[in-house]
Amino acid sequence: MTSDSTRLVCENLACERGGRLVFSGINFAVKAGEALILTGRNGAGKSTLLRVVAGLLRASAGRIKLTGGIDEMGTAEQAHYQGHLDAIKPSLTVAENLQFWARFLGAPADASIEPALEAVDLAALADLPAAYLSAGQKRRLSIARLLAVKRPLWLLDEPTSALDTQSQGRLAAFMRQHLAGGGLILAATHGPIGLDAPRELKMGAAG
Amino acid sequence: MALIDIFNNLANPTRFLALTNRVLPWLTALTVIVLVYGLYRVAYAPDDYQQGATVKIMFLHVPAAWLAMMGWGLMAVAAFGTLVWRHPLADVAARAAAPIGAAFTFICLVTGSLWGRPMWGTYWVWDARLTSVLVLFLLYLGMLALYWTAEDPNRSARAAAILALVGAINIPIIKFSVDWWNTLHQPASVIRMGGSAIDPSILVPLLIMALAFTLLFLLLLLLNMRNEILRRRVRSMRMMQAASI
Amino acid sequence: MNALLALLLRDMRLATRVGGGALMGALFYFVVVSMIPFAIGPDLNLLARIGPAVLWIGALLASLLALDRLFASDHDDGSLDLLTMSTLPLELTVAAKAIAHWLTTALPLIVITPVLGLMLNVDMSAMGFVALSLVAGTPALTFIGLIGAALSVTLRRGGLLMAILVLPLTVPVLIFGVAAANAAIVGPAPFGPPFTILCALSLASFVLGPFAAAAALRQGQE
Repeated sequence: MTSDSTRLVCENLACERGGRLVFSGINFAVKAGEALILTGRNGAGKSTLLRVVAGLLRASAGRIKLTGGIDEMGTAEQAHYQGHLDAIKPSLTVAENLQFWARFLGAPADASIEPALEAVDLAALADLPAAYLSAGQKRRLSIARLLAVKRPLWLLDEPTSALDTQSQGRLAAFMRQHLAGGGLILAATHGPIGLDAPRELKMGAAG
Repeated sequence: MALIDIFNNLANPTRFLALTNRVLPWLTALTVIVLVYGLYRVAYAPDDYQQGATVKIMFLHVPAAWLAMMGWGLMAVAAFGTLVWRHPLADVAARAAAPIGAAFTFICLVTGSLWGRPMWGTYWVWDARLTSVLVLFLLYLGMLALYWTAEDPNRSARAAAILALVGAINIPIIKFSVDWWNTLHQPASVIRMGGSAIDPSILVPLLIMALAFTLLFLLLLLLNMRNEILRRRVRSMRMMQAASI
Repeated sequence: MNALLALLLRDMRLATRVGGGALMGALFYFVVVSMIPFAIGPDLNLLARIGPAVLWIGALLASLLALDRLFASDHDDGSLDLLTMSTLPLELTVAAKAIAHWLTTALPLIVITPVLGLMLNVDMSAMGFVALSLVAGTPALTFIGLIGAALSVTLRRGGLLMAILVLPLTVPVLIFGVAAANAAIVGPAPFGPPFTILCALSLASFVLGPFAAAAALRQGQE
């Protein structure tokens, strides 16, 4: 699905919310196997930028293009978005939650979710209703979604929050694996997320 | 003092399970015997000179009505246990009683409307007694809905207890207002069921059936309480399982 | 298709699990319809005459109020974001949710309608037609209500506001639903024409509802 020529280009992006200009003139390009980390103070527009790229918010100016992927699909359909919320239904079991998102986001019908659950160390709880999970376990289940369905672009908003050090290490391994397979990562974070020398985009600087 | 000891012993779920293990076979046997004997007596009870064989529906209808009331009474008592003494078993009892009480109320409504069919010419008339039972049924449904929507049994316990008490206080008021509403609209057209002087040939089977239904209620209650206790154990075991990883 | 089926099954599962809304609509319907005789008195002839109208009003309120959280719950836990990031058009996603909602909320309501009809002294032979009019008309209520459910995400207000916005839109459904039911019971107008219009309304809202709801959701993402 991902080829080495995949490339995300954002040109002159601006976003306005509630009459306030959150950011403007954002330019960057990310190519296959590369991660871009968004940094900056609170309110600098990191989350907003991720949501704009994910197609969840409209940009007031500029354009976003994912080239080299599947031509007829838009950026949003080739991206995984991991926001502050985990999109988990407490009354469904762990396996049902993941199974649903895998099917809905376009995993092949015969694909198994077992490996993804194993990878985040939740296979033993597969049949438990998700209501019983702790915040960190919910986050891990939500991360399992990124592994269960292959999409070239990962948009991660504070992916390490609620995770213990062991799980943070695991997430870093997933990200390295994704990059090695020709994937792209755009992540907003305050702290280090365990990638070696990722490129950085500092937001909130004037202009 | 001894009574309090027994009560305290019962309040421990593990002891409760052990005790019910011993009691259940006997209670089951007793219920079956009384029920069979009661049905036998009902079968040989004389027909009513006006209503014919349909009067026999009464032997199901009246005990069911009794237990419909008793079920809510039990829930109200258990509500005290939950709110005042915080007994672990009180909410279990209330929760176990709700569906059984609702079922008996439903039986009361169905038999009432079947009984009314030959007399009224239609299955349902907004007769004061049946209507009161209908409102009780609505209250039961509300209680079941409350249990159904709450995920955490500990949180729903107090809400259910308050609802049970409010319901218990309200039931006489509802009964009174329904009677008033009914006589306002339908003066003297209501057919009184039963009557003041009941012949022993009818009264005895009725009392036996009432006893049988009460035993059945107790039996179902104990079984359902066991299920509820086990369900809560499954819940806490699952929580432990989730926390262990 | 696979994705749509997965969404349909998920929503039906959620509705029937603990805390789900299945049967709540039917319960509400039962309570509302049982309350009405207390207001107008137990006159069986009068009840029989207004029975279909009472059943329809009950069904209308039950289907609309049950829709309240349809999108809001998905919005609150972040699922809505991901639902819009699928290869499926949002309109289809929204329609699948509506169908799941109709199956778990409106269908139980229609199933208990004969019991309520009995209490309102509606003739048993006519009860089939009343139920049929509900089968034909409630999809329209669900799909019109869908717009309100989507708007309540946009406006971050649910409950009464949604009812105020949507109830006027359901007037045609109410008119032809009760007309069809009454035609079957008292006549003399035939059952066919209002019933056909009712079906047409359902089909039209099946098209219009998801488009409007999807548009409202797109606007609402902030």
